[in-house]
Amino acid sequence: MAETLNVGSSGERPPKRSWFGLTEIWNNVGFRNLAYQVLVVGSVLAVAVFMVSNAQDAMERRGISTGFGFLFQEAGFDIGEGLIAFQSTDSFLRAYATAVLNTLKVSVLAIVFATLLGVMLGIARLSSNILISKLSSAYVEVFRNTPQLVQIIFWYTVMTQLPPPKQALSMMDVAFLTNRGFIVPWPADNPAYSWMGVTFVVACIAAVMLLRWADARRRVTGQRIRVFWLNTALLVVAPLVTWIAFGAPTEVSVPELKGFNFVGGLALSPEFLALLLGLSLYIAAFIAEIVRSGIQSVGKGQIEAARAINLTRGDTYRKVILPQALRVIVPPAGAQYVSLVKNSSLGVAIGYPELFNVNNTIITLSGHTVEAIGMMMAIYLSIAFAIAAIINLYNRTVQIKER
Amino acid sequence: MSTAISFAIPKSTPRRPPPAREAGVVLWLRRNLFSSAYNTVFTVLALWALFVTIPDFIVWAFIEAVWWTEDPQACRDASGACWAVVVEKHRVMLFGTFPYEEHWRGVIAIALIVGMAIASAFKRFWSYWLFVAWLGVTAAVLVLLLGGVFGLTPTGTHQWGGLPLTLLMFVGTVVGGMPLAVFLALGRRSRLPAIKAMCIGFIEIVRGVPLITVLFMASLTFPLFMPEGVTINKFLRAQIGMILFFAAYAAEIVRGGLQAIPRGQYEAADAIGLSYWQKTNRIILPQALRIVLPALMNDVIRAFKNTTFVSIIGLFDVLGATATALEDPLWVLFALEAYTFIFVLYFVFCFSMSKYSEHVERDLSKGRNL
Repeated sequence: MAETLNVGSSGERPPKRSWFGLTEIWNNVGFRNLAYQVLVVGSVLAVAVFMVSNAQDAMERRGISTGFGFLFQEAGFDIGEGLIAFQSTDSFLRAYATAVLNTLKVSVLAIVFATLLGVMLGIARLSSNILISKLSSAYVEVFRNTPQLVQIIFWYTVMTQLPPPKQALSMMDVAFLTNRGFIVPWPADNPAYSWMGVTFVVACIAAVMLLRWADARRRVTGQRIRVFWLNTALLVVAPLVTWIAFGAPTEVSVPELKGFNFVGGLALSPEFLALLLGLSLYIAAFIAEIVRSGIQSVGKGQIEAARAINLTRGDTYRKVILPQALRVIVPPAGAQYVSLVKNSSLGVAIGYPELFNVNNTIITLSGHTVEAIGMMMAIYLSIAFAIAAIINLYNRTVQIKER
Repeated sequence: MSTAISFAIPKSTPRRPPPAREAGVVLWLRRNLFSSAYNTVFTVLALWALFVTIPDFIVWAFIEAVWWTEDPQACRDASGACWAVVVEKHRVMLFGTFPYEEHWRGVIAIALIVGMAIASAFKRFWSYWLFVAWLGVTAAVLVLLLGGVFGLTPTGTHQWGGLPLTLLMFVGTVVGGMPLAVFLALGRRSRLPAIKAMCIGFIEIVRGVPLITVLFMASLTFPLFMPEGVTINKFLRAQIGMILFFAAYAAEIVRGGLQAIPRGQYEAADAIGLSYWQKTNRIILPQALRIVLPALMNDVIRAFKNTTFVSIIGLFDVLGATATALEDPLWVLFALEAYTFIFVLYFVFCFSMSKYSEHVERDLSKGRNL
């Protein structure tokens, strides 16, 4: 009898078989795991199919067509501001592009401000100067413990209560703060500037390659080649040469009061400013906490050792504290950046034309709810994943190199 | 023989005060404010900044402010803040569209939730009964806000608003989201590939999109996916969105705790023949949740701050109700004062939670060699 062989040699009685072996099958771990998974996945799929069929029914009843063809139709609405020109005769696709650029514009600037302010506050909290450290911790507590949306609306309210252009708050008669926004002088439009941008990017790539080459060279020959100043020169000189090649345009557009509003200069809208302030001041408080805990995570012995070998204060910070603190700082800071970009969607509350806001208009006008939401989700996810990927890449360079 | 010989000086000499430069205010100032040239510069700058802003602020906020008037014109004539807007509109700001005569029910609901939260802060009450008490309080709050029984006028969820809505949404998010978070975290560490993949997919997608899009989906597109005729009310839809979002974030924190439990704990539980759920409930989770409690508190505070998002999808939480109150053209000029008030209101709630979480963190790390 084949079954008895399974029992083993201890002389036990074979377990009673019941239910035509169903118990044995159920007691088989592999089978049970499979059953659980089929059950869970099956029920999730069933719910999904049920919901999708409901949606299809509803859309058929309302006669809504599906598909992404609508992206090429005329949008029929205006967008208040944008990095690229947008008119109501442009397509929905271009509306998305404008909105994404608006989201990125406010997010990138906010990330830069939040990082600068956050690092300063984080270091200030650890200052031996009690006034500085208390002020900075007061800032952190106030901005961390209030909702970001309340902050954004608060700043927007401040912006709308500024004086009208005629009584604008003037800053040395070149920049003006009004309820229509902040108007600053700006270099007059010239092709030179976009080419300077291009050369700067090229110079950056060249600088990185130079660094790599120097590093590879050092590994092979042991010879240390200092490329720092060469790189700095490259990054400054290349755009400068382009600027001169275009005839060194120096014309600056200065805002002037004409009638009821300002003409010329660069006008930053109140919506943009309020969102920028709301995003960067809030995240700065979190960055400050991250920087503080990062610096505190560096062992006291490390700093004492640095003093013992007579490193200067600057060198102690640059070469001992910073590299170790960054390991603790970078991952959570990256999460904060992602959260900042996502929360730029709060611009909808004050009417800044970012992705979420424009997407709502698109849904209303096109009726393609499901596709539009899919587009929006996909765009937010790709931005979040892109930031995460950049942070991971950077994180790899600051983590401990184990060989 | 009990003759004691003592060389001690019978009377101690009087203690001499330290030199003036090494004690008292002078030393404190020198150490804390003027320890180096840099610090002196910083101190002077900071003092100057405070000197420029604080007196003006005090004049605006207190000395020239209007505290009590029913006439907006009186506020316009004054040069200071108009706190009268808060006095005038506090009923709308705190209770939204809830019927005026029924506001006492909202007050009791707030008192119940806040009282329960304070009671939960005491460690001696941490037990199974606390959870039961929370369920009881939630039921009582629902009865108070919904009405329809015990002779209370029925008030639908569409009439809810203000602080009771904010607090109920917050409690619902945490109470509903925490178990889901634990399941998601366990699922993410499961050996079953299909379940693991689904949990990872859910967590990463929800964490990758803004909360407002989740709420938007829940409130506007969810009805599209329901069979015809089936409607779920707006409050509940928003609540579901909040729970899903909270759970995805909290799951990652719980996962951190699960990973921090040494492997030996898992193996020991297996070795004494515990089943998966016995192992999880009695060995792993109690330790893991204890480790991540401070981090979870941060998420709980964030959930409180995030309740403001529901104002965007048209619910009247404190922020939404304040915006409604300011639609009155007579008082709209004093929006800044009204928003300052709710800024302070939210701060009081979040700051106390954050201080409490610091206390818990210190308390838990007591006796552990870190």
